[in-house]
Amino acid sequence: MTFVRPNFRHPENETNDIGYSIKNYEGALSTLCAGCGHDSISAALIKSCFDLNLEPHKIAKISGIGCSSKTPTYFLGKAHGFNSVHGRMPSVTTGANMANRDLLYIGVSGDGDTASIGMGQFAHVVRRNLNMIYIVMNNGCYGLTKGQDSATADKGSAGKKGVPSAFDSIDLCQLALQLGAGFVARSFSGDKKQLVPLIKAAIKHRGFAFIDVVSPCVTFNNTPTSTKGYEWVRDHLEATGTVDFIPQKSEITIDYPAGSTRNLLLHDGSELLLHKNADDYDLSSRKAAMNRIETTKEKGQILTGLIYHDSTATDTHALIDTVERPLNSLAQEDLCPGSSVLEQLNGSMR
Amino acid sequence: MKPTDITDHKYFHKVVDCQYACPAHTPVPEYIRLIAAGRFNDAYMINWQSNVFPGVLGRTCDRPCEPACRRGRVEEEPVAICRLKRVAADNKTEITDRLPDIPMQKNGKKVALIGGGPASLTVARDLMPLGYEIDLYDDQSKGGGFMRSQIPSFRLPESVLDEEVNYILDMGVVTHFNHEVTSMKDILAKKYDAMFVGTGAPRGRDLPSLPGRKDGDANIHIGIDWLASVAFEHIDKVGKKVLVLGGGNTAMDCCRTAIRLGGEDVRVVVRSPKSDMKASPWEIEDAEHEDIPMYENHNPKAFVTEGGRLTGMVFEKVEPVFDEKGKRSLVPTGEEVLMPCDDVLMAIGQLNSFPWIERDIGIEFNDWDMPEVDKTTFQTSLPQVFVGGDAAWGPENVITAVAHGHQAAISIHKYCHGEPTTDRPPPAVNLTSQKMGFHDWLYDAHVSDDDRHVVALQDKQKALADRKLEVEKGFDLTQGYDEAMRCLNCDVQTVFETDRCIECDACEDICPVDCINFIENDEEGVLRDKLKVKATNKEQDLYVSDGLKTKRVMVKDENVCLHCGLCAERCPTGAWDMQKFLLHEATAGK
Repeated sequence: MTFVRPNFRHPENETNDIGYSIKNYEGALSTLCAGCGHDSISAALIKSCFDLNLEPHKIAKISGIGCSSKTPTYFLGKAHGFNSVHGRMPSVTTGANMANRDLLYIGVSGDGDTASIGMGQFAHVVRRNLNMIYIVMNNGCYGLTKGQDSATADKGSAGKKGVPSAFDSIDLCQLALQLGAGFVARSFSGDKKQLVPLIKAAIKHRGFAFIDVVSPCVTFNNTPTSTKGYEWVRDHLEATGTVDFIPQKSEITIDYPAGSTRNLLLHDGSELLLHKNADDYDLSSRKAAMNRIETTKEKGQILTGLIYHDSTATDTHALIDTVERPLNSLAQEDLCPGSSVLEQLNGSMR
Repeated sequence: MKPTDITDHKYFHKVVDCQYACPAHTPVPEYIRLIAAGRFNDAYMINWQSNVFPGVLGRTCDRPCEPACRRGRVEEEPVAICRLKRVAADNKTEITDRLPDIPMQKNGKKVALIGGGPASLTVARDLMPLGYEIDLYDDQSKGGGFMRSQIPSFRLPESVLDEEVNYILDMGVVTHFNHEVTSMKDILAKKYDAMFVGTGAPRGRDLPSLPGRKDGDANIHIGIDWLASVAFEHIDKVGKKVLVLGGGNTAMDCCRTAIRLGGEDVRVVVRSPKSDMKASPWEIEDAEHEDIPMYENHNPKAFVTEGGRLTGMVFEKVEPVFDEKGKRSLVPTGEEVLMPCDDVLMAIGQLNSFPWIERDIGIEFNDWDMPEVDKTTFQTSLPQVFVGGDAAWGPENVITAVAHGHQAAISIHKYCHGEPTTDRPPPAVNLTSQKMGFHDWLYDAHVSDDDRHVVALQDKQKALADRKLEVEKGFDLTQGYDEAMRCLNCDVQTVFETDRCIECDACEDICPVDCINFIENDEEGVLRDKLKVKATNKEQDLYVSDGLKTKRVMVKDENVCLHCGLCAERCPTGAWDMQKFLLHEATAGK
């Protein structure tokens, strides 16, 4: 019986620019089923934060309930964490974000946690454009309670039990688009080449960044008849284009044929380099994005990659005009400046 | 790259670095696990089968396995394999009932062994159970060869050597001790079916043309001869001031013996820089622990004598200079140093010497006046004569001599039965799954964080006062267990089955040392560069799978794999399995 991760790492593993090794970004050993897509997403988050030279203690991971929501234990062990109530990750994140706007908020949720019990919360956090990244680990079933169909299970898709889902599914990317998210992407847990740059871009995006990650449940929903199994997803992926994340101030070394690439400038000066495919569309058009999701769906494919991007969207703090400093750093004299200030204020109104 | 052919046993054999590096290919991880399990007799017998002298080697082996040990690449220090072997030897109980039966009915073949060292004894060990009658000739009064005459008792107690030599001699070997063979012709005349020459490299190098060599002769000694005289108790004291010339293991044994025999100012003087000394680092350490100073870059110029008696030596200081090609030469600085001394011990190399083999009997000699010996069969141009150990190609070590002995025994057995000696038997190989349950393996997959454990030494005062008192105490049971747990079980192989893989990346994500990659196939050089962590250690192979569904391949860099089994534990489809690879080198008649 092992189930303990050895402490040794590859001796030639490099540290990042702030001197941390990848080990500083890891968490406890996963207790999810072997082969769970969620573990790959955890690994992609670890890799992204390592590459972006983020300090783990300046990150907060917040989750709800479900297999997906267990994962924050398995990455960024040195970050802050809050494993909240089922479907209530958005409101806890909102509260935390209001109190300390300096942290990076990574919200982790599942298809049940977001598309069923937490639907109301999801809708409102999107429309408030809270500055966070919101990752849905989407496996189309309730893995923690033996694999019942979730609200994202496609109509006709059948998991291990063999009964096809009777209801239409909720497309969370479409929902996010409709509610005004500024960054909408979809990816696949088995495609880190795409997922890692998307997570990095989402982290650098100011405002609400949504990534719906199809993440197969090996135990209950990895059958040939399921549209969320490894094989089906791999066979039906259609990317909006390949993506490469270019950190701030670094040279672009990827060589694409002229005219086929587009640079997306992110808030801190880093860029997302998009290699367009044949059916290119305007990524900043919500209508075009909606269209594209629908037409891809009609072909029986899953649209992945960056689907929509609007860098001009203002986040909650700007919308409600909060102070620049985190609320938790405001002292008594900041919050209650005293009678002289009151008198001044009153005087100004006389 | 082409998919790795794991059905070729050479692939997995190479992954077991220690076993691969060992000349006798002892299955190291297998016996280390047995030590951890407290099964010392079993651990001892695996060793005995393979290297014949576990107790001796557990104290004195040159340990080619340890620099090869994977643990040394993962962290700083390899597993103390050598000293673990001693744990098995120290803690075993009676094992004579496990020794092979010697047939009463002999097979009618007679073999002569010339020299009674490890190579010859190994030949006897392998051939006696097959019914051979064996005569062993040696000029010493007891068996063991250089293991007895050159390795001082404070490193190897006589009782340990006697025990392991006698396991073999007691099989019914007819010994002719105190019998120096002076003519190969005479031996040939005795009509043996085969003869094995294991006479070592018995001549110590001298400095015959150095001024004063003749005058000082009474106090100038050849190191190996001097050590032999000490071992056989012909010498029991030495002068107060002793100079030991040379930087090899014999020099270390000489200086440590000298301070036990009354030497008060014992110095080791080497021509080269200290960093280039040939002695094993641990032997240098042991000598330094006994406060013996080492003088580097001192080239001997002359022996100084007064009235026919040695009083000192003159050295010229040199400086190592490297040319563009990195070749070193020692350039004299012109500075001369006089070191007064009472005795000089020369440990500056050993030579082979075959004055007793007549050159007209059909054994071809080469330009270096060494018999021409086949590298695989150990046969000479006179088909019934075989040569092994240091006698074959010059001084090596005990474990190499043992390996030679095994191979020579195979050849002799084949030769005596009219089979071609070039036809070599394959090793016995076994690959067994270790899976018991989800996270349960037949081996202890947990990777210990312990640093290498240090072997306790005898109190220095006590040790220096008694030449026969063993300096190292060896690991006790707890230390032995803890050290055994440092072994990474490199023989438990990660076996990948392409057809079962669903490419969920779970193994790639969990691997603590980033060995596993799923990438597009390419040439080896490109692949090595493209891995998550570049595969820079070219000595270590890449394990490449067949093409997967996504047209990618699985590529595993074997270099620092911890064999922790997590890839297999996290694999949902059993595409990875941990399988124990056990390889026993072939021996005569098997």
